[in-house]
Amino acid sequence: MADCDPVIELRNVDKFYGDFQALANVSMRLAPSERVVICGPSGSGKSTLVRCVNRLEEHSAGRIFVGGEELGAGKTNIRWVRMKVGMVFQQFNLFPHLSVLENLTIGPIRVRKLAKSRAIELAREYLARVDILDQAEKYPAQLSGGQQQRVAIARALCMEPSVMLFDEPTSALDPEMINEVLAVMADLAQSGMAMICVTHEMGFARRVADRMIFMDGGEIIESAPAERFFSHPQSERCRRFLDQVLER
Amino acid sequence: MPSSARPGCRIPLPTASGAASVGLYLLLVCLVLALALNGAEAMGYNWQWYRVPEYLFAFTDDGFQWGEIALGLGATLKLSLQSFVLALGLGAVVALLRMSNLVVGNAIALAFLEIVRNLPLLILLYLFYYVLGPIFALDRYAAAVLCLGVYHAALVSEILRAGVGSVDGGQLEAARSVGMSSAQAYRHIVLPQAMKFLLPPMTGEAAHLIKSSAIVSVIAVVEMTTVGRNIIADTYMSFEIWFTIAAVYLLVILVLSLAAARMEQRYATAGRRK
Ligand SMILES: Nc1ncnc2c1ncn2[C@@H]1O[C@H](COP(=O)(O)OP(=O)(O)O)[C@@H](O)[C@H]1O
Ligand SMILES: [Mg+2]
Repeated sequence: MADCDPVIELRNVDKFYGDFQALANVSMRLAPSERVVICGPSGSGKSTLVRCVNRLEEHSAGRIFVGGEELGAGKTNIRWVRMKVGMVFQQFNLFPHLSVLENLTIGPIRVRKLAKSRAIELAREYLARVDILDQAEKYPAQLSGGQQQRVAIARALCMEPSVMLFDEPTSALDPEMINEVLAVMADLAQSGMAMICVTHEMGFARRVADRMIFMDGGEIIESAPAERFFSHPQSERCRRFLDQVLER
Repeated sequence: MPSSARPGCRIPLPTASGAASVGLYLLLVCLVLALALNGAEAMGYNWQWYRVPEYLFAFTDDGFQWGEIALGLGATLKLSLQSFVLALGLGAVVALLRMSNLVVGNAIALAFLEIVRNLPLLILLYLFYYVLGPIFALDRYAAAVLCLGVYHAALVSEILRAGVGSVDGGQLEAARSVGMSSAQAYRHIVLPQAMKFLLPPMTGEAAHLIKSSAIVSVIAVVEMTTVGRNIIADTYMSFEIWFTIAAVYLLVILVLSLAAARMEQRYATAGRRK
């Protein structure tokens, strides 16, 4: 896997907010169909890393490549990059003034310039896939948190991205809704979608992740195949973190 | 009557806020009227109310005809509408400059806001008519529209900025994350959600503009207040005409507020529809 062209590559990336360094010398690669789970304590820079990949934040130094195109290298089309990269937020961020179906079709219609009928067809396909087709005409506020997050996943999929980013997709959910969202994500992983997933759901990570990354203080402290990561964490910080999250 | 206690709306409604306040208002109006009538009586004012209707409308041999005040109202509405459109366009540009991270754009917008907001409207009008007028060959009507448009653009831009700012930042990010351009994100995602925050203060601003448009009578642009002055110059009916014109302004503002309350309710419920 390691020798095919990576979907995403970060080389020595730094990110500063003013004087504060949120990412320090971060390097990683994501191969097609690879699943990487990122964990680490709050404030360790996980969201920043993910947000730099689709350029919701601009990195300060180093290089980021998405589908072979370098971000911030003059001519790169950011909108093209964002189409290739699906994003799922902790707070869902569905468009509250649009119906579920419209939430899914607005990107394909406005950005991919698909015909409306084709966009609706696509939307219904993905709604069925996240098992929520019967709610298509409702508005986000009428859905449960778990349903909203599944709609958000479907919205990202409608852009037919080549990689999906998840930033703590289940952290804002009530416990009984976490599994329905994780199931959708596991299904997606099964289908061969490349993904970077920030989560503390270690059961999910064990089942799905090819590789685990542990971050602390803006740095990647540990990056290892999932099995070895869980059985033989190398660093003391990572061991302590795992003990904490696995206890719960 | 729509309730003024809507959760999630920080800006008070500039419309009639319930039967109680309307009642109180009418009571005050009656009181003022009674005092004025009394005073007029004491100074031996010669009331000629019977002559007023002809200035609103008349039935002549040619059939129905609008009177001078009605035509003046039309002119006021046209002037106000044109100025408001200009204020919206210019206000949007200023708001965009203000929200951008362009240093120069920001400075220009700030300078514009400070200058316009800190000048009396009358002085601004004189600047447009007596200074810019001759330079750029503006007639009095153009000077009036430009002056009102520029003055209200400053207020409109702040309303727009506040309205857009009240929409959750995650919305813009979500729009961006599906590849929308900034223009698309504002048009399809941010502005529709900002509408419910924008409508109440925008209506207030439209009412404010209609009221402040009366000031252009000092440069003799034809509109309702100028018409009033002309009629009085001919007839000396100052009490009747000013009362009538005040009532017409009041009526227009009231209709505007009611229409806005309607629209606003529609926006407030959108998104919760079944
Ligand atoms: N827009 C910002 N401005 C300033 N500091 C920020 C900003 N976003 C994040 N940070 C800081 O960067 C650090 C990393 O944040 P984040 O990437 O959100 O961490 P995580 O997702 O791992 O909890 C935190 O200390 C946070 O306070
Ligand atoms: Mg985070």
